[in-house]
Amino acid sequence: MSIDATKKALFNFAIKHADDRLILGHRLAEWCSTAPILEEDIAMSNIALDLLGQSVLFLKYAAELENSNRTEDDLAYLRTEKEFRNALLCEQNTDDFAYAIARQFFFDVYDYYLMEALAKSTDEQIRGIAEKSVKEAKYHLRHSSEWMLRLGDGTEESHKRIAEAVEFLWMYTGELFETDGDDDLLKSEGIIPDLSGLKAKWYESVSQLLAKATLDVPSIYLFMQSGGRKGYHTENMGHILSDMQYLRRLYPDAKW
Amino acid sequence: MSNDTQWKLWEVFVQLKTGKPHEHVGNVHAPDAELAIQNARDVYARRDKPVSIWVTPSELITATTPQDNEAFFDSIDDKVYRHPQFYKIPKGVNVDVH
Repeated sequence: MSIDATKKALFNFAIKHADDRLILGHRLAEWCSTAPILEEDIAMSNIALDLLGQSVLFLKYAAELENSNRTEDDLAYLRTEKEFRNALLCEQNTDDFAYAIARQFFFDVYDYYLMEALAKSTDEQIRGIAEKSVKEAKYHLRHSSEWMLRLGDGTEESHKRIAEAVEFLWMYTGELFETDGDDDLLKSEGIIPDLSGLKAKWYESVSQLLAKATLDVPSIYLFMQSGGRKGYHTENMGHILSDMQYLRRLYPDAKW
Repeated sequence: MSNDTQWKLWEVFVQLKTGKPHEHVGNVHAPDAELAIQNARDVYARRDKPVSIWVTPSELITATTPQDNEAFFDSIDDKVYRHPQFYKIPKGVNVDVH
């Protein structure tokens, strides 16, 4: 394979993992000032900022690989909906705290195993980002796991809500483990490790915790939504982008 | 406190370096010890990097009351000889000030 093809694959790889973190970080930041209690408000904002920070690292690397005068800000604020490659799970709306926790928990387990694997990448940048992120992911997972347990094994009301959230969001989890031609190319060139084992690890961890939280474990074979990785998003995405990008688009040259 | 609908209160102590004391930094609300530790981490360890955090339910702390102050503390003020500055250094003693 030519260097250009490898670079292109690495660019796409960086973009999809950046977008997961940018969009989920944005979604989580929506809880700032509306979380159930001050301490949780700070915790959610902290995690949102961690995800945003990881996203910046991936986007910077993508901009460097592309080498065409686009900065990480251009990639975040000036791409259109179809150019975003985040998994659909990350963009799901959560007006209910239980949904925010379930969404976060599903992502955190995935994020932890993904970053653990990518910390063995032979690409210096990817490895560096993963080594930093895996520590953050470990904390995020601890936070969301503890909440899953307390909501699942809490009151009748909390159990009902978290069970609904798990059931609704489950169909968006399968997409996290889809691999594409870029992953295959990077794997064949020895740049990233084989990621096909992630799904089994994820399912095992998630099942264990759901059981401990007295929640039903859905089947891994249920129908799964897909499309985000190809740029086909749910109706949530336009609203997120208009919120996120509007200032930059209205004042393109603003500096702060 | 009966109309306080928040979770119970925990006092937070942070140690910034091994060997240094855990210092009281404030408090957090949390339903149990594990979440108290997590909340303490998020609220009080965002900028400095601690090596250890302690939390304890605030209700387990026994404190002096303002009414105790006279008996407990006022008499400390008039014992100047408890301070090293009270003692004059004899001539000829070489004092290294560090």
